Amino acid sequence: MDEARPLVELTDATVRFGATVALDGVDFRMFAGEVHSLMGENGAGKSTLIKAITGVLAPDAGTLTIAGDRVTFASPHDAQDAGVSTVYQEIDLLPNLSVAENVLLGREPRRLGLIAHRTMRERAAEILADLGLAIDPASPLGIHSLAIQQLVAIARAISTDVKVLVLDEPTSSLDLDEVAELFRVIRELKQRGVAILFVSHFLDQVYEICDRITVLRDGRLVGEYLTTELLRIDLVQKMLGREVSFFKARERIEAAPEEQEAFLSARGVSSAGIAGADVDIAEGEVLGIAGLLGSGRTALARALTGVDRPTSGIIRLEQRDTRFDSPRKALSLGVVYSSENRRTEGLVGEMSIVQNIALALQAQKGALRRIAPARARELALSWVEALDIRPADIDTPVRHLSGGNQQKVMLARLLAISPRLLVLDEPTRGIDVGAKVEIQNLVGEMADNGLSVVFISAELEEVLRVGDRVAILRDGRIVETAASADLDVDSLMALVARPDLPEA
Amino acid sequence: MTAVESRPDTTPGVVAKISTFTSRHASVLPTFAAVAILICLLVGAELYFGNFLTPRNMSALLLDNAYLMILAVGMTFVIVTAGIDLSVGSVMAFTGIFGASLLASGVPAWIVVPAMLVAGALIGLLIGVLVQHFDVQPFIASLAGLFLARGLAFVVSLASIRVEDTSLLWLQSTRIRLGDWYVTPTGIIAILTVVVGAVVMHKTRFGRTVYAVGGSEQSARLMGLKVARAKVMVYVISGLCGGLAGLVLTAYSGAGYPRNGIGTELDVIAAVVIGGTLLTGGRGYVLGSMIGVFVYGTIKTIISFMGAEQSWTHIIVGALLLLFIVVQRAIVARSERGS
Repeated sequence: MDEARPLVELTDATVRFGATVALDGVDFRMFAGEVHSLMGENGAGKSTLIKAITGVLAPDAGTLTIAGDRVTFASPHDAQDAGVSTVYQEIDLLPNLSVAENVLLGREPRRLGLIAHRTMRERAAEILADLGLAIDPASPLGIHSLAIQQLVAIARAISTDVKVLVLDEPTSSLDLDEVAELFRVIRELKQRGVAILFVSHFLDQVYEICDRITVLRDGRLVGEYLTTELLRIDLVQKMLGREVSFFKARERIEAAPEEQEAFLSARGVSSAGIAGADVDIAEGEVLGIAGLLGSGRTALARALTGVDRPTSGIIRLEQRDTRFDSPRKALSLGVVYSSENRRTEGLVGEMSIVQNIALALQAQKGALRRIAPARARELALSWVEALDIRPADIDTPVRHLSGGNQQKVMLARLLAISPRLLVLDEPTRGIDVGAKVEIQNLVGEMADNGLSVVFISAELEEVLRVGDRVAILRDGRIVETAASADLDVDSLMALVARPDLPEA
Repeated sequence: MTAVESRPDTTPGVVAKISTFTSRHASVLPTFAAVAILICLLVGAELYFGNFLTPRNMSALLLDNAYLMILAVGMTFVIVTAGIDLSVGSVMAFTGIFGASLLASGVPAWIVVPAMLVAGALIGLLIGVLVQHFDVQPFIASLAGLFLARGLAFVVSLASIRVEDTSLLWLQSTRIRLGDWYVTPTGIIAILTVVVGAVVMHKTRFGRTVYAVGGSEQSARLMGLKVARAKVMVYVISGLCGGLAGLVLTAYSGAGYPRNGIGTELDVIAAVVIGGTLLTGGRGYVLGSMIGVFVYGTIKTIISFMGAEQSWTHIIVGALLLLFIVVQRAIVARSERGS
């Protein structure tokens, strides 16, 4: 395959942002009819490289050729004209307009200068049908599920004469079925000779769909490999650039949980999305929660922490009946929730690290008893050091931090109010492998210090590695709770995914 | 297969048709509500007064509110992009007094009329440039436009200037009759503005870009749409409508007056919102805004029929506005849950 001429060839690309070099002399190529993955930690230069190919930014040095022609893109529009289409991670479509308009906006068929709505609907219906998507093109996009919106975004991308399709984290908000649907479409496009760049944090998906992997680290090229010739462990090692033994398994609490007093015990908790959940969490225990998207993971977390008021069921805290009417009440009892949407429901991006960390503590103390700035700084510094938050300058606005460090700031804020039970909803989503491991280790340390943790994650390995016990959710019910020592990824997968299949 | 939805039944039952329609046009519902309210008001007033739905009264409704309708068309463009234009009342006053003073000093109408429109469009352009290129909040930028236009109006004249020009007065005095119904050229201008506005909004790329900007500016930009141009243009259109409304109002009142239209911008915004346009942008109809103006005008007429204080108009419009904003929130919340 190497003899074929690459469709996209980026040579010696360098991009600087002020003093920092985001991309340093990187070579990158893509072949027609191949799915190519770009791997690397956050800050490795993946998104910068993608932006250089899609015309969002112009490299300071280096050349880009597409199908043998040298090109320079001044805008995403230029790139689209040259056959490079992009589907972004956050679906960048317009929920208020119809599906047909979203597919064809900017290229609407016109008659006498006016948009021919019917022709547009027919054209859109054809393109959607090509993708095996039978939805009403005249319906507003906003009424469809995220997965369908994602496919509509792809329909838009391929409705032009597409040669190169860039998919940036396309699966991060999809469940397993939806991912399968997406992969079917990708394979079909591959057949048509489209070169596809597939960027994802999920190694499983990369190995399932990709033919070729390019690894970046710290803005430099590590190498380009065929997927079949690169072992996973090697891939991770190349991405991290350090010994993989860094993954350390947590030492398990040997005592059986039944013998301990449950710190929190919930019986028959129901709210929107979760029905009749029984949960027991002992002091110093990590309860992992596994389940697909929509299985009630987040609903359970929100019901346990007073964010959503349960419609029925009782929650007992240290053997005493408790009602969590509000997150505030739960907080005062030491039960805290860390949302999966750290940007929208967690941090205040414009505020500095120190302000973000002091926020919850200040709220708990009340507005009248102001925390002295010196005290807040001292507090922040100690947490920055304890959690190894980078950059260590506590006056940096949080939005400048990488995902992993933002997550740590959020943890620091919650830990600052000395909670008894911490409910972490997908704390490692969208952050790089290194930071992931650090957060997993942190959770282990916290539990060893007597903190109870509920750890929700979409990644089964992670749930198994971190949790002492794992509660498995399916369709809004807890179907089983088992010690993680008794499970492995395959058996857990079987429990999570298919109820009617015999145990793997 | 969660990723594949079936298309609504192609052999059309009435229920299927209705469900297709509502799923396609959920955003029209507030406008239908406005139509329903208008009908209720008209029928109710007729039952109460007995002489409300007369051709004369209905014709006057269009005549009296022509300037408001023109302003509402421009405002709809701005609000659909999630902006706001507070300057329209002042722009109307300024272009009105500006035109009246030019006419008084002997400038012919065929120069004065384009000059009024250009003056309005220029103030709109200023606001648009401030919003788009200097990143000023629309509220603040158009507030600056409001003060500028009002100040300019007082610079032109502190007192009202009578218009003697026959061609301008013709716009108002001519009554094209059909039985007891009549329409003046100012009414025709208003209706034409609505029609042109509606066609531009729904049938041109510019119009769809306006909706796209209101839906998500960032997405619209990544889709390669001409966002900057659209955002400036909506304020230019609103300013142009301000100029046109100045012309119509001057013809209507037979004079230019620098204190005209104080607070009119708020009446216009109220009419647009009652007509079903979402203040957060992305949804709305020019035709809906026309209905909104009719609702507003009908309430005003009813109040004067009852002989009550005109301040009741504002109280009732305020209550309606509140109701509509709540209804819109509910509809938006429902459609967001659906996704």
